Amino acid sequence: MKPVVEVRGVAMTYQSPNGEIQALDNIDFAVSEGEFVSIVGPSGCGKSTLLSIISGLLSPTSGEVLLYGERNAGSSKKTGYMLQKDHLFEWRTILQNVLLGVEIQKALNPETKEKAINYLKTYGLYEFRNKYPEQLSGGMRQRAALIRTLVPNPQILLLDEAFSALDYQTRLAVSEDIYDIIRKEKKTAILVTHDISEAISMSDRIVVLSHRPGRLKRIHNIKLSCTSRTPINCREAPEFRYYFQEIWRELDIHV
Amino acid sequence: MSEPAAAMSAVNSQLSEISPAHAQYLNMLKRKKITVRATQFIILFLCVALWEILARAAIIDPFITSQPSRIIRTIGVLYNEGALFQHIGVTCLETIIGFLLGTVSGVLCAIALWWSKFLSEVSEPYLVVLNSLPKIALGPVFIVWIGAGPVAIIVMTLAISLIVTILEVLNGFMGVDQQKIKLVHSFGGTKYQVLTKVLLPASFPSIINALKVNVGLSWVGVIVGEFLVSRAGLGYLIVYGGQVFRLDLVMTSVVILGIAAMVMYQGVVWFESFVLRKNGHAQREEKDW
Repeated sequence: MKPVVEVRGVAMTYQSPNGEIQALDNIDFAVSEGEFVSIVGPSGCGKSTLLSIISGLLSPTSGEVLLYGERNAGSSKKTGYMLQKDHLFEWRTILQNVLLGVEIQKALNPETKEKAINYLKTYGLYEFRNKYPEQLSGGMRQRAALIRTLVPNPQILLLDEAFSALDYQTRLAVSEDIYDIIRKEKKTAILVTHDISEAISMSDRIVVLSHRPGRLKRIHNIKLSCTSRTPINCREAPEFRYYFQEIWRELDIHV
Repeated sequence: MSEPAAAMSAVNSQLSEISPAHAQYLNMLKRKKITVRATQFIILFLCVALWEILARAAIIDPFITSQPSRIIRTIGVLYNEGALFQHIGVTCLETIIGFLLGTVSGVLCAIALWWSKFLSEVSEPYLVVLNSLPKIALGPVFIVWIGAGPVAIIVMTLAISLIVTILEVLNGFMGVDQQKIKLVHSFGGTKYQVLTKVLLPASFPSIINALKVNVGLSWVGVIVGEFLVSRAGLGYLIVYGGQVFRLDLVMTSVVILGIAAMVMYQGVVWFESFVLRKNGHAQREEKDW
């Protein structure tokens, strides 16, 4: 099967008055259709930079990123980006918020609006379409943010520590929720996180990066024996601890 | 999905019957508000009454201090001469034009400075100097350049309010969360879309703030301008009254000025709550109470 995302020899160096900072060095990996891949690494290893490069928001210093075999230049409509916080605009209603993407891409029409409304209905936010973000709970806001990302119909979802702004319980619930939606919509997803358990419980594969400059340390194929493949259930799998120990050692974190 | 259902019932309970304790609380709030209003009114009334009594009892000299009944009489005289609304009209028109010009051009300049980092870096020292310069010092320059007339007054107003507006609005732009801008870019948004979809709506509070400051500054600009050049308007009446020692005229003009400035400020407040309500911010204000 042809890979959806190919990262080929990507390196990134930031220029600053105090010198150069090499953030990423020679990263190579590929993600195939429908896969859920997490990128973990110690803080400052350039994992968010890598995600920005895949989305086309940043251009790498060298190397290239192919989406469906095509070189990615500029922000692509094939990707949808999810940020750390929901960043719903407080001056827009939930419906106006989830339509932001198509509005920006000048694709706001009855069809896309219908689609947005269907998403809201499917994921339990329809009653709140005319409410403002501050009237919603953190979990609902995150769900609205995901719908906003989904409405322009991206094939690849890029989640940049998408749950880390939430408190722990909400975070578990929301990652369960969002994992479910991503599977149902059959999207390919790349999640950047510093939470090892979150990565293991959600991913098919985990890419481990080294300290700065971020280099590819290892790619784990996650095989968990759990009855139903949901993040919470998977935390109970016997292999979970093994992966956790392995990745923890590889991250090589000293404080 | 129990979560939305729970939130829904919370919303509903806000709308339904209020409990006796809550009613009592609302009542208390209402009574507090009435007490404040009444006290405000009583203070005003006492001051005016005291002023009138002291003047009548010849404890203070109404020739120097004027007195409420004479102010009312002066208003009557001005009205009969047909001059009252002419003076008020001239001043208000100048103020409103200066205010609108200052606000609109200030916002436009702030947008330009945000758009071009080069422009903002180049203009920074100039803005700093212009901001700290007392603009009134430029009055004679404007008169020589533009001539003694309403245009010079409006330019004076503009000079006073423009820089403050630019800095205030630019500050608002800088305070917008970078992640929100990244979000627009992630959908492939252009710089113009960042401006219209995020920057302007998000910095609406600072724009309103600039507007509120501008109302006051516009009055300063107009009155100073009228002091310097004019043949009509409330500022002219104040200067004229001072020169011919008619304190009644001065006090009358000050009182009218106070009322007009308050009305205009209320106009901005009304505009603010109108826009906020249109965009659903009203709920937040209610929560704060």
